[in-house]
Amino acid sequence: MPKSLPTESLLKVRDLSMRFGGLLAVDGVALDVNEREIVSVIGPNGAGKTTVFNCISGFYTPTGGDIIYKGQSIHGLADFKISRLGMVRTFQHVRLFSQMTVIENLLVAQHRHVNTNLLAGLFKTPSYRQKEQESIDRAIYWLKKVNLLEFANREAGNLAYGQQRRLEIARCMVTEPGLLMLDEPAAGLNPKETNELDALIVSLKEDYNVSILLIEHDMGLVMGISDRIVVINQGRPLATGTPNEIRDNPDVIKAYLGEV
Amino acid sequence: MKDKFIPALIAGVATLILAFPLLGLNLVSDGLGLGIEGADTQTMIYIVLASLAVFIFQLFKENALNIAKNIPLPRRAYKPDAVVSQAQRDKNEKLFTFIIVAIALVWPFFASRGNVDLATLVLIYVMLGLGLNIVVGLAGLLDLGYVAFYAVGAYSYALLHQYFGLSFWVCLPLAGLMAASFGFVLGFPVLRLRGDYLAIVTLGFGEIIRILLNNWTHLTGGPNGIGSIPKPALFGLEFGRKAKEEGNIAFHEYFNIAYNSSYKVIFLYLLALLLVLFTIFVIRRLMRMPVGRAWEALREDEIACRSLGLNRTIIKLSAFTIGASFAGFAGAFFSAKQGFISPESFTFIESAIILAIVVLGGMGSQLGIILAAIAMTVLPELAREFQEYRMLMFGLMMVLMMIWRPQGLLPMKRRHMELTNA
Amino acid sequence: MLETSLYFIQQLLNGLTIGSTYALIAIGYTMVYGIIGMINFAHGEIYMIGMYISFVAISGLTMLGVEYLPLILFITLLISVFISSTYGWAVERVAYRPVRGGNRLIALISAIGMSIFLQNYVRIAQGSRDIAMPSLIQGGWSMGPLDGFQATLSYMQVVIFIVTFITMTGLTFFIAKSRMGRACRAVSEDMKMAGLLGINTNRIISLTFVIGAALAAVAGLLLGLYYGVTNPYIGFIAGLKAFTAAVLGGIGSIPGAMLGGLVLGVTESMTSAYFSSEYKDVVSFGLLILILLFRPTGLLGKPEVEKI
Repeated sequence: MPKSLPTESLLKVRDLSMRFGGLLAVDGVALDVNEREIVSVIGPNGAGKTTVFNCISGFYTPTGGDIIYKGQSIHGLADFKISRLGMVRTFQHVRLFSQMTVIENLLVAQHRHVNTNLLAGLFKTPSYRQKEQESIDRAIYWLKKVNLLEFANREAGNLAYGQQRRLEIARCMVTEPGLLMLDEPAAGLNPKETNELDALIVSLKEDYNVSILLIEHDMGLVMGISDRIVVINQGRPLATGTPNEIRDNPDVIKAYLGEV
Repeated sequence: MKDKFIPALIAGVATLILAFPLLGLNLVSDGLGLGIEGADTQTMIYIVLASLAVFIFQLFKENALNIAKNIPLPRRAYKPDAVVSQAQRDKNEKLFTFIIVAIALVWPFFASRGNVDLATLVLIYVMLGLGLNIVVGLAGLLDLGYVAFYAVGAYSYALLHQYFGLSFWVCLPLAGLMAASFGFVLGFPVLRLRGDYLAIVTLGFGEIIRILLNNWTHLTGGPNGIGSIPKPALFGLEFGRKAKEEGNIAFHEYFNIAYNSSYKVIFLYLLALLLVLFTIFVIRRLMRMPVGRAWEALREDEIACRSLGLNRTIIKLSAFTIGASFAGFAGAFFSAKQGFISPESFTFIESAIILAIVVLGGMGSQLGIILAAIAMTVLPELAREFQEYRMLMFGLMMVLMMIWRPQGLLPMKRRHMELTNA
Repeated sequence: MLETSLYFIQQLLNGLTIGSTYALIAIGYTMVYGIIGMINFAHGEIYMIGMYISFVAISGLTMLGVEYLPLILFITLLISVFISSTYGWAVERVAYRPVRGGNRLIALISAIGMSIFLQNYVRIAQGSRDIAMPSLIQGGWSMGPLDGFQATLSYMQVVIFIVTFITMTGLTFFIAKSRMGRACRAVSEDMKMAGLLGINTNRIISLTFVIGAALAAVAGLLLGLYYGVTNPYIGFIAGLKAFTAAVLGGIGSIPGAMLGGLVLGVTESMTSAYFSSEYKDVVSFGLLILILLFRPTGLLGKPEVEKI
């Protein structure tokens, strides 16, 4: 495959629309995410942000528009295939394998990196053991990174809420994604935890070359870390720009505060 | 008390309405027509007593439930988190398993023929329970047609022997393979379905297989079944009075001892034990392998799995296929043990019994399943005079278990992998 | 040429007759599924019990000396519907209510247990042999040459069509117009919200089981008269068939259950007539699998959006 030109963005969404029966939930949304960039999608409740996420990650098949990742159209591709291309997401309501341990959560996420050959596993061949060890090492690395190593053998469902959020991000990172999609990662966190999350997201971008697409209501977080912001209102794109441009945009202010 | 009186009265009267027309009035053919006659006085008294019992139970339900709650039961075989480490648990289990296996090996030489035979049947159910547990307990897919794969295994051996003269040892893997292929072919299209649809489709599939076996007379012998299926031989030694296959020698002649039919029974028992140990070993390995983790993850949260790049169809299919293959092994062994099979042995009730073993054992727990298989097979034998009521009690027990202890009698703490030297 | 088309018409009539009774049973599945999202596995047994009770009632009334046939049938209908509804109510109380809200598999297993229990209860009470009843409604209209194949529309078939039609119309009006019907629809849309708005959801769920059981009892009476024979095991396959009909039409949809029942009945009768009657069940289950694969929402069902 030819290397994508540096000018080409990592993720390019054009004219995205999603219709449920008579309801047009998303209408003509466009956004770009470049390599090593944090892009936030904001908008009032019910604006269709999560629906945009569900379309991009393949959980919904959009009724119209193009989604291009690394120069390849992924419209209509199955969700798990999109994830394998390197676009991995978290969920608004944390979705962990709650009866499995923390480390097992991270091992499941590496399913397609390990040796899934049944015979190799039954006989514990050297290559199988090596692959297993590698994935355990990677899991340990990311547990350290998100400060959860001491809870490695704990059931994921027994973690505190903030820890569950971090585990969900770690679980995405062990798949070695190119684009990480976070759906309201700061929801339910206290200010200290939000600050840690802020640092973690920036580090993912700076140290691991991951691009990030973010849905978030916490304006402090969004304005602080975003390279660009896309505003959606009632399913339609309202504005796009840098945090400063968005902050001063009269349309955005109107959408959030109503007619003043 | 007063606010409970009316509902209790309604429940009592309802019991009377439910019981009287069917239990109290019996349909009898009188020549050309149909008549009814009242049941004997005893039955009538029972109906009234039952209604009274329901009335009184409803009246004092709260008190009764409180007593029931205080009945001590093993809630968890191990203490919660971190008190006993996984490594320690494994060690204890190894010792425990060793003792059990040693007893199981020696026991048949001292037991009666009938008991060894019964124990062999228990082992078949253990195998079926363990196999279905992969599908239901680990992967969370409700399969109501598991008996179909059991039938495929049994008929594979019977037919391969009948038409091609293949021996048990050649047919055993083939039977597993056949059952697995049936599982694959059925699973591929239907595993996309939601849980309860899957249950009904597998149920329908089980019926289809049974109807085919019943009607494809020139291949399967139809309702008459297939007979004279040979017992397995031990490295060319047969356990009958005379060796039947060419080149084989009878066991007692080879060792120059007197013929004794209990050798055959004991050999079959040991063979079943070996198959069960093999099953346990393979499944335990699978549970710790990536595919085992993926089954459990899929049961926990399918959407999260998809978001992480797991192909749910392939993973479900692997559980379905591997589960089916164990039913195939069990089926081949069953037809060898019985020497005769017919579609009668593979009805829906059989699926329900295997499912009950999995549920009773506490979905996912291997030890629980072994104990449940013993209970489900041995109890009906002990209560032979209640044979008539066996299925009635079985149905009732399934309902009560789901209400009272849906997690099974012996829910085990999940086996998990443990990080030790981090 | 005439003969083949008469033969075809005969099969069509037979298929529609069976199909309309499948539809009656299927409604029980569809309503329960629509409201609590669970398969009422014991529903087939209720139909079987309805048939037994009809036989008991008809025999009893005949022995009491009631001779006017419409009166016998009417009283039988009332008795059978009343007692079967009590069974439906009891099944919900015993096997569903205590496990509701938990894992769906648990409710399904509990219902399977209930189904096995009821089947064996009837077996013990009434014996496991076939019980036959002489047919009460004989004769019919025939068409075709006197010396060749004649297609017959029997009076019994006409009764089945009329009773099914009246029952279905009544149910449709009940759901659409009555207060209880409105509550039913509200609960099936959103049980929690309906509960907050003061609807007694437990009562609505009971009502659903009762209505389903009543319709199954009507089907039990009609098919009992049509076939004239019963045994404790008929409920299992009939239930599976009716469930197939409900899925075929789109589970949760009442008109869907009606359509599904008719399609399934005709398919079955055509399979028996032109292919083989032994394999008619195989064809129906095959149809179920195909429908679930290519149109999981059924013919008239609404697509569901997965909530993420």
